[in-house]
Amino acid sequence: MAARKSRIEMPVQDPTARASNFEQVALGYTEKMALEEASRCLGCKKPLCVQGCPVSVNIPGFIKLIKEQKYQDAINVVKSTNNLPAVCGRVCPQEAQCESKCVLGRRGQPVAIGRLERFVADWELEHGTPEVPEVEPNGKKVAVVGAGPSGLTCAGDLAKLGYDVTIFESLHEPGGVLIYGIPEFRLPKDVVRKEVNYVRNLGVKIETSFIIGRTTTIDELFDDGFHAVFIGSGAGLPMFMHIPGENLNGVYSANEYLTRINLMKAYLFPEHDTPIVSGKKVAVVGAGNVAMDSVRCALRLGADKAMIVYRRGREEMPARAEEIHHAEEEGVEFHLLTNPVRILGDEKGWVKGMECIKMELGEPDKSGRRRPVPIPGSEFVLDVDTVIMSLGTSPNPILVQTTDGLGAHKWGGLKTHEETGRTTKPGVWAGGDAVTGSATVILAMGAGKAAAQDIHEYLESGSTDW
Amino acid sequence: MNQILKKRVLTPVTKEIVVSAPHIARKAQPGQFVILRVSEQGERIPLTIADYNREEGTITLVYQEVGFTTKLLGKLEPNDTIMDLAGPLGLPAELPEKGCVVAVGGGVGVAPLLPKCKELHKRGVNLISIVGARSSDLIILEQEVKECSDELCICTDDGSRGFHGFVSDKLKQMLENGLKPDEVVAIGPMPMMKATCNVTREYGIKTWVSMNPIMVDGTGMCGACRVTVAGETKFACVDGPMFDGHLVDWDEAWRRANTYREQEKCANERCRCGGEH
Ligand SMILES: Cc1cc2nc3c(=O)[nH]c(=O)nc-3n(C[C@H](O)[C@H](O)[C@H](O)COP(=O)(O)OP(=O)(O)OC[C@H]3O[C@@H](n4cnc5c(N)ncnc54)[C@H](O)[C@@H]3O)c2cc1C
Ligand code: FES
Repeated sequence: MAARKSRIEMPVQDPTARASNFEQVALGYTEKMALEEASRCLGCKKPLCVQGCPVSVNIPGFIKLIKEQKYQDAINVVKSTNNLPAVCGRVCPQEAQCESKCVLGRRGQPVAIGRLERFVADWELEHGTPEVPEVEPNGKKVAVVGAGPSGLTCAGDLAKLGYDVTIFESLHEPGGVLIYGIPEFRLPKDVVRKEVNYVRNLGVKIETSFIIGRTTTIDELFDDGFHAVFIGSGAGLPMFMHIPGENLNGVYSANEYLTRINLMKAYLFPEHDTPIVSGKKVAVVGAGNVAMDSVRCALRLGADKAMIVYRRGREEMPARAEEIHHAEEEGVEFHLLTNPVRILGDEKGWVKGMECIKMELGEPDKSGRRRPVPIPGSEFVLDVDTVIMSLGTSPNPILVQTTDGLGAHKWGGLKTHEETGRTTKPGVWAGGDAVTGSATVILAMGAGKAAAQDIHEYLESGSTDW
Repeated sequence: MNQILKKRVLTPVTKEIVVSAPHIARKAQPGQFVILRVSEQGERIPLTIADYNREEGTITLVYQEVGFTTKLLGKLEPNDTIMDLAGPLGLPAELPEKGCVVAVGGGVGVAPLLPKCKELHKRGVNLISIVGARSSDLIILEQEVKECSDELCICTDDGSRGFHGFVSDKLKQMLENGLKPDEVVAIGPMPMMKATCNVTREYGIKTWVSMNPIMVDGTGMCGACRVTVAGETKFACVDGPMFDGHLVDWDEAWRRANTYREQEKCANERCRCGGEH
């Protein structure tokens, strides 16, 4: 029987219902769906999909085991290279990675690899007993800065090799962006906690509320007996537009807005103590994944109108197609080719409107996207009471400021050797958003993995060459 | 976990706790603060480190029970633990090495002022302290400030003790009488810091204030703590909390501090009817 051309659809929560709750949007495959989708995989001898995966998951291998209904074995295959499969199955841009290489994609739709990954990962969280490999401690200590995907991956891999690993995390809960940024409806925090616990079960210690650069420094970590340090501190610094009115009450950075909602559970106020301004007419400036998450949160907090304001056109929006599609389904308005000029306040200092100007696309800029230019005289006022700035983030300078010899680019990213993740300071590696600027979960994990391998080789060799 | 070792009631609404926090005590410097969370559902709030003891590995926090979280904190007793405690955060205060400094403290602001007074005293600076509150029973840490000051003036708004009037009025009187300090450090409620800056501006005396805006992470990640200083947006948690008071946009800071006033009311009502967790 020829494989069916189209993939099995993912069941989702009805758009109208979900726009007012924080429950998961994509519900996951049932076993029957998973078996049917898995049966589409041709099990290529030279699988191209694996080349598209930054952590080289043995994709045909785990899908074959799904076909045989050996779900525990399937997840073990995934986990041998990916410590956070339930997260990746939900948030990876598979359409641009593994799935983009699938041969079925040439004539129809590629195998839904991400959905299958999520299926086996969720199966284990529900039914399975996570397998923790036995390892002989090797007596060497490694410190990891930040408990985001890069830090968790690096720590997990090193623990599997016998290292005594401690992660230092500045927030009160580990997970990085997975905990404070990505909302519950896309990535339930329970799932993140379970995956973090898996890393803990591998023997990794996690010290929360511990800020490297403040509570202690990288140089002091070496004094305290750590043999190597991996920096996975992310890119947490929000950018603003520097337009008039940006400090009015009711203007948030996306980081603050999402942190209040996801980490602090402000959507459950007053059962949880952290408050949030739940505007009725909310504009989110920007069109990346973070902007989509913010605008969809605004809807769920009860906004009558939730809008994306973006200075370029539809084609240029950096968010994943699926996220844009979900936002549209839920009723988000898109004001494209529109740029804010200033935010207007009422007499008490609260946002009451946002003056914008219409844009048109001119010549391509450095990024290859056509540069938006303002159309003179096209200013108008958008009726809003809350504004969320989602313009991107950059790495926090705190580590560079407090560590001798740690080099960074002007924009804040740490300088590293591309393959190994070695920084300019001997004994210190870095990876993830701290090096690349905002990127993806899986790239951060890939960098953590590569660094773990190089840390191991370096410490094994006993060499001091850097 | 950070255990509370000692607790002292300074006024009916102001408490002092000594907390075991060896990592923070090892690094703390005058002017820095911590962020803490009291319960699983709790909010993250900043509190200035009022004192620290590196040998014993402790820090001292003083707080007024004004909001929901400080009220919950007020219910904790010695041997209880503070769920999450992160720090030391912010930049240490830039204090002069010599000369004459007037330290002005209003209400609970005397607590964050104290570590600066101690440091100035240690450096041999001539320190004149002005400490005030609404009434005499609300004056805190008087003895501690006195011990490190060359001169101490007590002020009360209601005249129940010392100078009858605001601390800024007392400072004004001193300056009119010819006192010429090199710098002023003023910490307390925002209107008090603003009034003090208005007094010193006329005399061109550099005045440091400590901003206490709403914060979430305390490490530069969110921008909740934005203050405008000299027309530029600063993040108080990493660029401050001490700023040149003459350059602060006080009206904006006041407005922003009141962002969640409605929600605070709701939370406080819950606290009153015992609906705590
Ligand atoms: C709202 C949002 C949605 C996103 N959606 C997606 C998506 O759908 N798919 C996808 O692939 N990617 C997505 N991303 C991007 C992705 O989350 C990041 O690329 C990834 O999390 C980076 O991982 P990291 O480990 O480098 O850093 P982070 O996840 O940022 O973790 C860094 C950690 O280090 C801690 N830290 C920082 N400084 C210090 C210090 N000095 N001391 C101690 N700890 C410190 C931080 O508190 C944080 O916990 C999204 C990002 C955001 C913000
Ligand atoms: S408190 Fe978040 S940036 Fe200052």
